[in-house]
Amino acid sequence: MSKIHVTTNVNGDSVEFLCEPDEVLLDVLRDRLNLTGAKEGCGTGDCGACSVTIDGRLVASCLVLGAEAEGRVIETVEGIGSAKDLHPLQRHLLEHAALQCGVCTPGIIVAAKALLAENPDPTEEEARYWLAGNLCRCTGYDKIIRAVLSAATEMRGENA
Amino acid sequence: MKQEFKVLGTRPIRPDGLDKVTGKAMFGADKSVTGMLHARILRSPHAHAEIVSIDTSKAEALAGVKAVITGDDFADVENRWSRYTMQNCMAQGRALYDGHAVAAVAAVSKTIAAEALKLIEVEYKVLSHVMDVDEAMAPGAPVLHEGVKARKLGDDVSGNTVGYYSFGHGDPEKGFAAADEVIERTFKTAAVHQGYIEPHACLADLGSDGKGELWCSTQGHYMVREVCAEILHIDASQLRVTASEIGGGFGGKTTVFIEPVALKLSQKAGKPVKLVMSREDVFRASGPTMSASMDVKIGMSKDGKITGAHAKLRYQGGAFPYQMVMMGAMSAFAAYDLEHVQAEGWDVMTNRPKMISYRAPGAPMAVYAVESVMDELCQKLELDPIDTRLLNAAKEGTKSSYGPTFKAIGLVEALEAAKAHPHYSAPLAPNTGRGVSCGFWFNFGGQVSVSMAINADGTVNLIEGNPDIGGSRASISMMAAEALGIEFDRVRTIVGDTASVGFSDVTDGSRVTFAVGIATINAAKAAIKEMCQRAAKIWEIDAEAVEWVDGAAQPTGHNAGNFPPMSLAEIAATSGKTGGPIAGHHEGAPDKAGVSFGVHLVDVEVDPETGFTAIKRYTAFQDVGKAIHPAYVEGQIQGGAVQGIGWALNEEYIYGEDGRLQNAGFLDYRIPVASDLPMIEPVIIEVPNPGHPFGVRGCGETAIVPPLAAVANGVAQAIGVRMFALPMSPPKILKAL
Amino acid sequence: MARVVIFGSLRAFTDGAGEMEIEAATTRELLKKLAARHPALAETIEAGVSLAIDGEVFKEAWFTPIGPDSEVVVIPLMVGG
Repeated sequence: MSKIHVTTNVNGDSVEFLCEPDEVLLDVLRDRLNLTGAKEGCGTGDCGACSVTIDGRLVASCLVLGAEAEGRVIETVEGIGSAKDLHPLQRHLLEHAALQCGVCTPGIIVAAKALLAENPDPTEEEARYWLAGNLCRCTGYDKIIRAVLSAATEMRGENA
Repeated sequence: MKQEFKVLGTRPIRPDGLDKVTGKAMFGADKSVTGMLHARILRSPHAHAEIVSIDTSKAEALAGVKAVITGDDFADVENRWSRYTMQNCMAQGRALYDGHAVAAVAAVSKTIAAEALKLIEVEYKVLSHVMDVDEAMAPGAPVLHEGVKARKLGDDVSGNTVGYYSFGHGDPEKGFAAADEVIERTFKTAAVHQGYIEPHACLADLGSDGKGELWCSTQGHYMVREVCAEILHIDASQLRVTASEIGGGFGGKTTVFIEPVALKLSQKAGKPVKLVMSREDVFRASGPTMSASMDVKIGMSKDGKITGAHAKLRYQGGAFPYQMVMMGAMSAFAAYDLEHVQAEGWDVMTNRPKMISYRAPGAPMAVYAVESVMDELCQKLELDPIDTRLLNAAKEGTKSSYGPTFKAIGLVEALEAAKAHPHYSAPLAPNTGRGVSCGFWFNFGGQVSVSMAINADGTVNLIEGNPDIGGSRASISMMAAEALGIEFDRVRTIVGDTASVGFSDVTDGSRVTFAVGIATINAAKAAIKEMCQRAAKIWEIDAEAVEWVDGAAQPTGHNAGNFPPMSLAEIAATSGKTGGPIAGHHEGAPDKAGVSFGVHLVDVEVDPETGFTAIKRYTAFQDVGKAIHPAYVEGQIQGGAVQGIGWALNEEYIYGEDGRLQNAGFLDYRIPVASDLPMIEPVIIEVPNPGHPFGVRGCGETAIVPPLAAVANGVAQAIGVRMFALPMSPPKILKAL
Repeated sequence: MARVVIFGSLRAFTDGAGEMEIEAATTRELLKKLAARHPALAETIEAGVSLAIDGEVFKEAWFTPIGPDSEVVVIPLMVGG
């Protein structure tokens, strides 16, 4: 099998890579682009740890082929906020102690950002259903949901 | 006496937080090195089979394959427990469960490694298998290993019965004779998996000179070093193990599953080898917890006093000998002050993956059975469930059902907090029930090493040897800051590799905040002593005339001398001129960890159409001794409660008649998701542990113990029918209706 | 003399004795004397036990002092999650 040449945009930067035809985007990100923020928790699209967005749409990168990234805009956790200027979601997750082991956290951040892009004022129930595809085994979700809702409040410019 | 703290009890941002919200944190599978190979493991499709032959020649011939190994590549090890661990990592002679590793390949790419697995030819002779604990324990069952039956057991149990334990005092029969009501029930609980989101992963590099580097996701890298050194027959000093960030463990990463395999492949190939389990591998071949079959009999007087209690616990722990039922037997009746009590337990082998600890191992199922019978007695005798538990509650001075007499404990405080909480008196909607349960865990101490350096700029570095699963670097930095009298952000705590700090036991048993905390306080004391001596030299007074107050050395009184306090930063600044670097360290094995009790309250709503149980409200009360970082203590309580909810309602290992696991993925093995749950309200109770300078008990495990019975008792009330098996998944509830 | 309590299933190895008095200043001395008095217990002691001394659990700490009136409960070595 010959490799496929792909030109895409990852976190705002133009990127080129070669990948196998059957290689999933998650492996491309992790193994070829050294972006290990997205995690493989299951490889079957059930856990959400590998969440990224493609043209703003939330996907499980373990179920997308690397070749499908051609001409798209990919965003991973590495593209959200920066150490100097955290995204409100990142800040509120930290302030609420909403991570324990932290392995699901990148996926939660990507998924929650996609939620707030679509619905800036989600109810608790809406947040819970949106994030139902992101498994967390440590926290029981309580502090995660609180963090997402308070980040949403801040992003809307309201007082928490 | 209530201590006053400056740092403890605050909620600082955890030191590893930034890396974890920006994707920088390095977990087990995130590390790569130049020239590394990728490994894959071939697993048995049979529950029990003799491995007649394995032909690896075609796999070895495939271009890109650098090493293939089987059980034959591992030499025997003397210690039988290590041998079981090794044979669980790679079968020798027989495959003992579906998913048991039989061969492994290292190749230049994942694709080639996967291709090579298909070229390995294994000839199996299928043997009869046994999956259920009661069947495995019955005489005549296929026996997994000969010669390991527990001593002094009769012919009424099979050779799979590898452990027998009994605890208690008095005579339960006498107690039952004195009861107004006696209820005896049989319960079953399914095997469940710890369900950490990060699969096991490691990167191994072992040279022909015996020098090795191992990076892995583990709860205890010293344990990994010792077990791997033993299995590989190399010196512990030559194998440096570095713990990656760990993506959850809950007990499941207190042993090794893949590390010896990766090291052996690396040794054979002469290159670094990365080995990462798939989720399917994790379910099929890493440790779930035990499933259980249990009989519980409790006698009670009309006014709610327990007159006698007896439990028989039969746990299956998979394909190798193990010792875990004892902790179920010790926990079963720990919450109660009883005159006549006995709890017995049997450890049994089956053709399932070798069990490993899961949060409060052994306790949740035993307590589920006991607390279910308690609930039924309360219903029958029309007694309030919390008042009845208060009437029988263990307290300071109670001779526990497992032997020791309790020191100060917080069960009564937790029960009273639950009774007074608005949740307990809130009205209940139709089809809704409210469940109550107590829970208990021992908490441990154990071996620990801490090294603390006082830097010239007045900051502090601390190296400890316990992987941080849930924020322990934060709590340890807080305790160091408190002990030294400085600000939290002046301290940086890291988890050292096995070559950088002394031995530390595994991160388990809710021991880290307790044990590493004590070592940290002692390391700080050593550094303070040195700093007081430096100040004394500078002031030209006796070291005994200097004391440490609020982060500074000061003369003990006017007679000692008239000097303004000298802060840690000031002393550190001149350390190069006053005798060199200042440091403190402590190695020890602290004991006296305090037991922790919890009480959970839950409202469940059962849909009579679908059998689906919704958690409507959940409140968890727990005595933690002292909450160092309350937000992470709350998180432990919330997370434990939700794992228990999953155990109660959904999670189970489902095997076919053929002994093959049918739900080896998160779609079919359903752990709780965000939309299944309400907020989980944690209520922290602080009855200080007299065995710790700050009162810490440990808090991580107790919270998984009460939910099973709390949910079951709620469901029983909601549907008017009591279920005697977990999980209470919708089809099972519909059937019961 | 310390009062030593043997947990239930271990009594199969002490000819049924559940409690006994042993003169010992440390846990190591106590375990040695216990194994000498009841040789069938030696295997279990060798494999590892914990001791609850006056209500506080110690994990095989040999030199833990034992008071003359202490209650020592022998319990199995525990592991956690």
